[in-house]
Amino acid sequence: MPFGLLKYGLSRTYPAKRHFAPAGALKPSYDVVIIGGGGHGLAIAYYLAKYHGVTNVAVIEKGYIGGGNTGRNTAIIRSNYLTPEGVRFYDESVRLFQQLSQELDYNILYSERGHFTLAHTDAALRTMRWRAEVNKHLGVESELVLRDELAKMVPQLDLSEDVRYPILGALYHAPGAIARHDAVAWGYGGAASRLGVDIHQQTTVTGIVAEGGRLTGVVTDRGAIKCGKAVQAVAGDSSVLAAMAGFKLPIRTIPLQACVSQPLKPFLDAIVVSGSLHVYVSQSSRGELVMGGATDPYPLYSTRSSLEFKEGLIAHVLELFPFLAEVKLLRQWAGMADMTPDFSPVMGLTPLENYYVDAGWGTWGFKATPVVGKRMAELIATGEAPDLIAPFRLSRFEEFRLVGEKGAASVGH
Amino acid sequence: MKIMHCPLNGPRNISEFTYGGEVEAHPDPHRCSLAEWTDFVLLENNTRGVVREWWFHAPTAFWFIAERDTVTDEIVRTYPATELFSARMDFPPPPAGDGGKDEP
Repeated sequence: MPFGLLKYGLSRTYPAKRHFAPAGALKPSYDVVIIGGGGHGLAIAYYLAKYHGVTNVAVIEKGYIGGGNTGRNTAIIRSNYLTPEGVRFYDESVRLFQQLSQELDYNILYSERGHFTLAHTDAALRTMRWRAEVNKHLGVESELVLRDELAKMVPQLDLSEDVRYPILGALYHAPGAIARHDAVAWGYGGAASRLGVDIHQQTTVTGIVAEGGRLTGVVTDRGAIKCGKAVQAVAGDSSVLAAMAGFKLPIRTIPLQACVSQPLKPFLDAIVVSGSLHVYVSQSSRGELVMGGATDPYPLYSTRSSLEFKEGLIAHVLELFPFLAEVKLLRQWAGMADMTPDFSPVMGLTPLENYYVDAGWGTWGFKATPVVGKRMAELIATGEAPDLIAPFRLSRFEEFRLVGEKGAASVGH
Repeated sequence: MKIMHCPLNGPRNISEFTYGGEVEAHPDPHRCSLAEWTDFVLLENNTRGVVREWWFHAPTAFWFIAERDTVTDEIVRTYPATELFSARMDFPPPPAGDGGKDEP
C-alpha cells in the first residue's frame, strides 16, 4: 500500500478515473442551462441527454458537485405519503431508485431496509391507518403494525410502557431504503458528462436575462450565456434566483440539521422515524447512525450548528434506544431547506417563458431525485408538464389548490 | 443558548419565542385582487439580509418586531409594535353585492 500511494503521488498523469470531463470554457450559447449541480440538476441533465437527445446542455454550479443539500440529507428513500398526488409521484421515484445503479452503471449502494414511522398516540395511529390505506390503494407496500409485531421486527426499540411517549405501533413500509447520496450525484453527473453535458463548477449565476417576458440567457461570474431554456434547481437559494427571474415563491429558507454517531457494528437494519419525537435514525453502510430531526424554529440562510438541536434530538433518540447513551457523535452539519406552506415541492412552469423551477424541496428532496430528473426533463423537452408533476405547479398557490403533505413529508414541523 | 431581547421582558432564551413572519402591508381582504391576497397569505420575500419580522414571546403572549440579519443570524434591534402601528387596523365592510369576488 505505501508503494501504491507513493506511485500515485509521483505520477505525472492523474491516475484515477475521472468522474467528469473537465468542462473548460463556457460556450456562448446552450440549448438548456441548468442552474444548480446537485442531484436534481444533474439528473435533469442526464435524462435530457439520454432520453430526449438534448445534449447541448450546461450545468452551472456555484460550489462543487453535490456539495449542497445532496450531500447534507439523511438519504432516506420511501413513498408512503398521504395524498394520492404525493404517493404516485414518490412511488415512481422509488422504482427508479431500485434500478438506478444499473441505469447509471455506478453503484449508489442502494440498501432496502424497511421504514417504520412510530405512533405514540391514538391520533397518530389513525393517521398511519389512513396513510396505509391510501398507499395500498395506489399499489405501495404499506401497513400498520402493532406492538407485538414491532417487537419482533425492530427488537432494538425500547417498547416499555413506563416512558414519556410509549410506542403504540408503526406504519411499516417495506420498500423504505437508504443510498449513498453523493454517489447519486456522481453517477448522474458522470453519465451526463459522458453524453456530452458540460458541468461548470465554481461558476455562479448572477442574473437572468429576459426579453418581452421570455428567457434569452443567464449571466454568470464567468460571462454571459445565451440559452433557449433554463431551469433552477438550487435548494436554499430558490427565492434569490426566482427574484432574479422576476417572480416570488411560497418558500422560507430554514436550516435543517443532522448528525452521525461514531461507527458501530451493524445492529440496526430498519429505518426508524418518529414524528412525535421529531427524530429519524438509520445505520449507514459505514456503521454510523445517521440522525436528523425537525427543521430549525425560524428562517436563516446559514448552515451553522446549534446546541439546542443536538440536545433535543439526542434526548429523543435515547427515548427510543436508551443503550446508545455512551455513544459519541462523530460529526454534525446543516443544510438550507426550502420550506413550503403545504410541505410539497414547487415544480414546473414559471411566469417567465422558457424558465422552469424545481424548488420547495424542504426536507423531502433527495428521495425524489430520479423522478424529478425524468419528469422535469420531459417538461423541458416538450414544454408540457407531465401528469405526475402537474399537481405541484407554482400556480397552485394562486388557485388555492395546495397538496397538503405536512403529516407525511417530514417530522414535527 | 441564543438570547433575544424582548421589549417587554428583557433578554430571554430564544426558545421562548416564536417566529411570526416578515412585517408586510396588510391588503384590504374585500378589495384586493386574488394575486395580492395570494402574495400576502402564501408568497414570501425570503430576503437574504436584514429583515423586519414579527416575533412572539410565548410565555407572556407578547407580539413585537425584530430586525434580524437572515445570513448572520444577528438580531439588530427589537421594539414594540407600537413603533410602527399607532392605531388598530380596521377594514371597511365588503362592498354591497360582492359575494366573494375573485374567489377560486
